[in-house]
Amino acid sequence: MAEQPIGRFRFMDAQRVNLDGFAVEEPSLGLVAFDSPGDPVPNLAVDASGRVVELDGRAEADFDVVDAFIAAHGIDVSVAGEVMALDDVALARMLVDVAVPRSEVVRLAAGATPAKLARVLAQLTPAELVIAMTKMRARRTPSNQAHVTNRSDDPLLLAADAATAAAFGFREIETTVPVLGDAPSNAVAVSIGAAVGSPGVLVQCSVEEALELELGMAGLVSYAETVSLYGTEQIFVDGDDTPWSKAFLTSAYASRGIKMRVTTGGGSEALMGGAEGCSMFYLEARCVSLARAMGAQGVQNGGIDSASVAGSVPGGVRSLMAENLMVMLRNLEACTGNDALMSESEVRRTSRTHPIFIGGSDFICSGFGSIQRYDNMFGPSQWNSEDIDDYLVMQRDWTVDGGLRTAAEPEVARLRRRAAEAVRDVYRWLGLADLDDDWLEQAVDAAGSKDVPAADLMVPLEASRVIRQSGVTMIDVVTALDACGYAEEAERLLAMLHARVAGDYLQTAAIFDEQMNVLSLVTDPNDYAGPGTGYRPTGARLHEINTVRQQRSVDDLLREQATGSTGAFTVRGPAAAGSDPTDVVIGVSAATGRRIWTTLSGLSVEDVLEELLAGLEEEGCRGRVVRINDTVDLGLIGLTAARLSGSGIAIGLQAKGTALIHRRDLAPLANLELFSVAPTVTAELYRALGSNAGRHAKGSTPEPLRNPYSDMAIEARFHTKVVSLVAIERGCLDPALGPEELEVHR
Amino acid sequence: MTTARSGRDSSEITLDAVRDGLVSIDDIRIHPDTLEHQATVAEANANPQLAANLRRAAELTGLPDDEVLAVYDALRPRRSTTVQLETIAASLESRGAALNAALVREAAAAYARRGLLAEG
Repeated sequence: MAEQPIGRFRFMDAQRVNLDGFAVEEPSLGLVAFDSPGDPVPNLAVDASGRVVELDGRAEADFDVVDAFIAAHGIDVSVAGEVMALDDVALARMLVDVAVPRSEVVRLAAGATPAKLARVLAQLTPAELVIAMTKMRARRTPSNQAHVTNRSDDPLLLAADAATAAAFGFREIETTVPVLGDAPSNAVAVSIGAAVGSPGVLVQCSVEEALELELGMAGLVSYAETVSLYGTEQIFVDGDDTPWSKAFLTSAYASRGIKMRVTTGGGSEALMGGAEGCSMFYLEARCVSLARAMGAQGVQNGGIDSASVAGSVPGGVRSLMAENLMVMLRNLEACTGNDALMSESEVRRTSRTHPIFIGGSDFICSGFGSIQRYDNMFGPSQWNSEDIDDYLVMQRDWTVDGGLRTAAEPEVARLRRRAAEAVRDVYRWLGLADLDDDWLEQAVDAAGSKDVPAADLMVPLEASRVIRQSGVTMIDVVTALDACGYAEEAERLLAMLHARVAGDYLQTAAIFDEQMNVLSLVTDPNDYAGPGTGYRPTGARLHEINTVRQQRSVDDLLREQATGSTGAFTVRGPAAAGSDPTDVVIGVSAATGRRIWTTLSGLSVEDVLEELLAGLEEEGCRGRVVRINDTVDLGLIGLTAARLSGSGIAIGLQAKGTALIHRRDLAPLANLELFSVAPTVTAELYRALGSNAGRHAKGSTPEPLRNPYSDMAIEARFHTKVVSLVAIERGCLDPALGPEELEVHR
Repeated sequence: MTTARSGRDSSEITLDAVRDGLVSIDDIRIHPDTLEHQATVAEANANPQLAANLRRAAELTGLPDDEVLAVYDALRPRRSTTVQLETIAASLESRGAALNAALVREAAAAYARRGLLAEG
């Protein structure tokens, strides 16, 4: 039998991070993030006519298709000499030097070869990447993109979820299909849902290139993103495209007024066995150069589907962020990955996203799964609906605009119903499908497609067939919405059609705000130049970021406490010092039974006192309840009570439930026993504390009590309440009053 | 407001017009002059490649959807011979799509060199 590792390692092996794969660097397979021995030394030769005749160590005659396209279209030869002569570190410093404007970096980068930029960006530490990203992204205002998909291509659920995504602040929504034939139905349903949620949300349906363009031409989607590029010729051709076919496709989208970006991502060539011995980052540098050369306005990268390949090698996660920065240097829109789930570890996936979240990008995620993991037909995302509250709280923690906002439940409920009803009515009006009430009700309420058993899988397929056969366009959808009483949504979708006529959203990094203003490199240029400059959330946006639905104030807490009010406490009069050796005073805090009635463990203060009194009685002692009105400090409450106590022993109790045993001759901060973590103290423990106080009074041996312990973040749960409870206690203080004896009615 | 490819001013493309069935797909298509304008904006914002793309796009506004899809398909690897690509280029050129014609010819040369043409 093989020898088992020791317990410490068996325990560590069982942690989730060890489900991830970690690869030994293997440059020959492309399993290396930066600096493979196979990467070329940067160089550029230009002939007298300005033609690039050598690029990164390859002569023109040997150019593969990627080299050839970059050489023909991607290099600004007027600055090439200047930038190629610059020292790598000197150029890297310009990226983080706030005195060097973004425009200067962009000007220089336009003349740099892929290998040159790869070397320069490899110089940056993670902190430098964050600063460079803050400065170099195209659009001033950050944004975010959602995935909205489900297992059944359920149009009602897609609409409800698209409206929900829009309500949470996503400005782009990407859908796709498990069944290709369902694509037109999905495009229509998501477009309607998005329009219900907010004006100006861009929608795409990610499918095979030709079908996607067809959907765009019919106006059924407003942008495209899945035009994939690769860094080697072999993989490019395996993908059934060339730089020229993709460049043509890029122009085709623009010719119909449709926004488009390309998709790349380090590790994809290694994953497909065609890295040609080059590093992931160098190959990605070629892809990004190519994207610029083709005239695409933007790039989604950062690994994307191969993020976990990059994540498997040393420095791989850093290279994913450097890829995004490379896009920004090329003066393109950056849609910065954080898309496919790259780790089973919550810590690791947060770590991978966080620097980008802090630095800010045109789209933090190129697909935040706004639906549940199981419904994401791209595969689970790095961030999912499971994490929306986490993300909102992270925004609030750092006062960072990650593109999302809290949405109130009643509003989301209203939007989901309206979106689902709009799709049902439009599908009926256009003759696409009749969808019944049970299905609609399930979709409105659903957290995911498992909650919609009424969904009929044949409906999207049949609806899509009709859409394609009868040539339904977005004009028909607008007509149907209007005819069915959704004039506002009809106007919103019509406004998206106007936008493609105006063409302003073809410019780099364009999104629409909710007033349909275009925010882009042109209209909202990033002007970061150090502290006090650049984008900072202010006004209404700051309020959205700071306001999460879970937040509570002192007033909220007082209202909650008031619901537990029993009126069980009456004041008998000033408390006198006792002389009976069985007399044990229970000193309670000033707010006890006045403003606070429930302890943090959920017990009422009467119940706690009853347990303490019963414990004392078991030991033959007589408890007396005295309210201490001049201090919030539990030690002093206990000590004051002990000085009134005939036995010299007292129990101190704060209304929140923290309790101790004190003796009259001890210093205030010393005590005999203490329950410091009020939320975990049970009725049994209070009784045992009462009993021990009785034993102290009699001079017999107390029973050792094990303090309740929890490995949970109890303090995170209760500290905000504690602050409020202490403030309430303080508000109840009246030093002139002196200690008062209380009667507790049961 | 801008002019759509149909020649109508986009201010005419209202919900009322849609309701009355007076809006066609050409009324929601971008005009080549608008793309030319956007190209100058892209140039002024340090992206001549985006400008070039928008100018190729301006030429393609005149092509029907089917033909755009067909040219795209012809440019995919090993779909076309040199002669077929030259035919496409000449056809594009004859209809004022000189930039796209040049792109197709450039592709043809690269495909010949890299073995990406269809078997003749």
